[in-house]
Amino acid sequence: MTDTSSALRIVWIYPDLLSTYGDQGNALILRRRAELRGIPTEITHVHSSDPVPEQGDIYLLGGGEDRPQILAADRLRADGGLARAAARGACVFAVCAGYQIIGESYGDDEAKPLPGVGILDIRSGRGRTRAVGEIVADVDPSLGVGRITGFENHQGRTAIGPSARPLSTTVHGIGNDDRTEGAYQGQVLGTYLHGPALPRNPALADLLLRWRVGQLPPLAPSWGERLHEERLAAVLSG
Amino acid sequence: MSELPLRAQLASVLGRSAASLSRATGRGDGSVIGGRVALKVEPDLLAKLAQGRRLALVSATNGKTTTTKLITQALRDLGDVATNEFGANMPTGHITALSSTSAVNGVLEVDEKYLPQVLRATRPAFVVLMNLSRDQMDRASEINLLAKKWRTALAETDTHVIANADDPLVAWAGLGAPNATWVSAGQRWKEDSWCCPECGGHLKRDVDPHWECPECGLARPQTTWGVDNDTDSLVCPDGQRVRLQLNLPGDANRSNAAIAAATVAGYGIHPVRAVERLREITSVAGRYTSVVTMGVEVRLLLAKNPAGWLESFAVLDPPRVPVILSVNAQIPDGKDTSWLWDVDYTVLRGRRVFVMGERRTDLALRLETDGVAFEVADRVDQVLQRLKAEQPDITKVDVIANYTAFQQIRTAYGRVQ
Ligand SMILES: [Zn+2]
Repeated sequence: MTDTSSALRIVWIYPDLLSTYGDQGNALILRRRAELRGIPTEITHVHSSDPVPEQGDIYLLGGGEDRPQILAADRLRADGGLARAAARGACVFAVCAGYQIIGESYGDDEAKPLPGVGILDIRSGRGRTRAVGEIVADVDPSLGVGRITGFENHQGRTAIGPSARPLSTTVHGIGNDDRTEGAYQGQVLGTYLHGPALPRNPALADLLLRWRVGQLPPLAPSWGERLHEERLAAVLSG
Repeated sequence: MSELPLRAQLASVLGRSAASLSRATGRGDGSVIGGRVALKVEPDLLAKLAQGRRLALVSATNGKTTTTKLITQALRDLGDVATNEFGANMPTGHITALSSTSAVNGVLEVDEKYLPQVLRATRPAFVVLMNLSRDQMDRASEINLLAKKWRTALAETDTHVIANADDPLVAWAGLGAPNATWVSAGQRWKEDSWCCPECGGHLKRDVDPHWECPECGLARPQTTWGVDNDTDSLVCPDGQRVRLQLNLPGDANRSNAAIAAATVAGYGIHPVRAVERLREITSVAGRYTSVVTMGVEVRLLLAKNPAGWLESFAVLDPPRVPVILSVNAQIPDGKDTSWLWDVDYTVLRGRRVFVMGERRTDLALRLETDGVAFEVADRVDQVLQRLKAEQPDITKVDVIANYTAFQQIRTAYGRVQ
């Protein structure tokens, strides 16, 4: 966001294909946490039949079933808008199926690798078992986010290439490969924490906002912080 | 049914299957019990029990228990009906339902995942399909995959489908069947059907309920039955309109009733007569019933997934009636509460709202994000106490809860039929 008088532009990519479970939550919580700090926002829904605008600040991609995932990857590659936005330095936050397709390649249902959008140096295939359940992980300390929690539901396993770094170290759950969870490269960040990853992790939402607008005034703890604590306690004690 | 008494049929089918399995595994000592025997025996037994009957299988994400009950009620005009009225909608439940009566007519609620299997086993006269949407995805199948399995299974039968043409996934599955009756039963929740089930193209849905795919040409089938919510009427194939005046609330139940009327028409029951019978249903497994506690009428609405919550919001009493929302995340509910973020709660603004249940903090954050004021509570009676202290003449409260939260409230405040 170079011009501080204009709104923070949040672009939700393909809600018609990639919005399996609560993905809308990520857009809503970014808007809320920005607006509580007096930063106006604008959320754009980009359907798979429309071109991806290139001037967004934060691009969001959600989860999806196998077929919609392949369609979304093909359309994003043909459109090129997301790759150009990322090259320009825009922030991308991608979840689950969205995480896989912004990588170099991902596995389809016959386990053949398919080409991804190529803005994050990861390669995903299919694991033998499905990873379903609560997940807890410690984020790379350099990002200042701390411990995150969420719900994962995927068959994917992801290897991280030299240009990207793991987002976090897995404490509970599977994530990329039982050891790490998610990946980031510049302001492109992906995770298997599906659905409302940002509502459940206010510090992660604030990281994305900070990347776009710089230092943020703190907010008084509210239900997001409370839910975060509650889920951590529930998973780690159970 | 054949000449053998039912018990003998059961025994013979069970015996034969167990014996052949025992031989096949080379054990022959009868120790092969449990899962493997059940897997082998169930389809045979179900097939045997279904023989000679005129069955209707009812499946959908939402409304299958209600619609099963509606169809059953209307069919009773023709005599006894075999049905799994307690919602045991997997093959063992179907076996129990069919073993308990030799009624020729039967209506079976079928879990979405089991529909292909039960369809092959029972060769029903009718398959009734209403809607498909996201539901407890930590354990349920992906719905596109499910629709594909329905379509394939239907194509292998000579069954007659009665289906909602307004739901693209359901319509596409139903188009696989050799015969179909199409009902315009509406679709409030559209977030799972923006894509063409045939080719993945973005569906054109400009004038509800019409939909079509600009890429492959798949389009909503022509309907012969419909509902007019504005005039509370069933629209019949000959154009006749029948006032519904149901005792179940909301548009979703008008849709269920239209589907039921179209189904029993296949059994020869006139729609006017059918609707008379449908009105007799006032509650379904405790849903829509009210319990009176502390002098307040507490109405219970069950909502298990985003589409269900939208339907529940639509039947809430006027805004001055407070509403309690209760969410759990036990196995029957789905362990994942992410779906809360798919529901638009802004319609609750200005209403008195309470949040309860094991996952009330998730609800609290969700409501806070949508700008809905709320209060946190532990129990229904605590809410009533609070309300009565402020408003002694309060008479009604609505409760919307997901599965185990609903059962807990029902157990605590009385089971009323
Ligand atoms: Zn198409």
